[in-house]
Amino acid sequence: MVESYRQQSPLDHLALTTHPARHADDAGLILGQRSFMELINLRGDANRSDFTDAVRHAVKIDLPISANTAAGKLAGPHILWLGPDEWLIVAKPGSGERMATALRNALAGQHAAVTETGQSRTCIMIGGSHARDVLAKGCALDLHPSAFGAGQCAQTLLAKAGVILHLPLAPKGAEPMFEIHVLRSFAAYLWAWLEDAAQEYGLRVDI
Amino acid sequence: MFLIDCPYCGPREETEFSYGHEAHVHRPAGAAAEKLSDAEWADYLFMRKNPKGVHLERWVHTHGCRRWFNAARNTHSNEILAIYRVGEKPPKGLAQ
Repeated sequence: MVESYRQQSPLDHLALTTHPARHADDAGLILGQRSFMELINLRGDANRSDFTDAVRHAVKIDLPISANTAAGKLAGPHILWLGPDEWLIVAKPGSGERMATALRNALAGQHAAVTETGQSRTCIMIGGSHARDVLAKGCALDLHPSAFGAGQCAQTLLAKAGVILHLPLAPKGAEPMFEIHVLRSFAAYLWAWLEDAAQEYGLRVDI
Repeated sequence: MFLIDCPYCGPREETEFSYGHEAHVHRPAGAAAEKLSDAEWADYLFMRKNPKGVHLERWVHTHGCRRWFNAARNTHSNEILAIYRVGEKPPKGLAQ
């Protein structure tokens, strides 16, 4: 793991804390960033109860079995469905190593794989009344709330960049914000694309 | 927009997928493989069907779940007639 004092977000060079749209009013789109989330790739057979039990024991979350769904509590870690035998665990900064160790211990002897991918992706947050409109400009998914609601996720292309899109449950009264997990090397490109796509709706940068 | 119905993720745009050539090409195995002539090996390695009409082929959901699956596609109209998982037999009527 990178020492915390050396951690650098892939969007740092954009100096977003001084972005002119930081305090914009009436913005139709809100962009933010959640840095340094630690990712773990998990493989295993969801039909085996010893596998699902071990994951529940280690992560304290029930494995999402249905396609394109995610599980997890508001502020805690999340598990995102990536494929029929593959999941992404999004852990809070600094907790990935501990969680991976807990998973490895719980899954010892089973036909399963726990792979830490660390901070390979950064998380761009996108919200506001026109969030779905902006995403739809570069993404072919059906983003209508009835088709892509809270608790759902998808691996797809956004403006030709491979992303994992996730709409977590929002706290009561708060607006839901999509999480876009994008590879670090694509982050600056995707941010620029999102800013451009947001122009017609008005942008606020919430960092 | 051309949608392909991934058997795991559901309908997704064509650009998320990659084409994997003809399906159900079996590598010669066992004693028969020992006796294969060069011509028969070449046939297994290089020769593929190229029909105008129904073609059984492999696809992979590259930018989604990254899983392989089979599709029966009409190469003339680009209509996908059936999608089935790896290891499954093609639907009746489409088998070649």
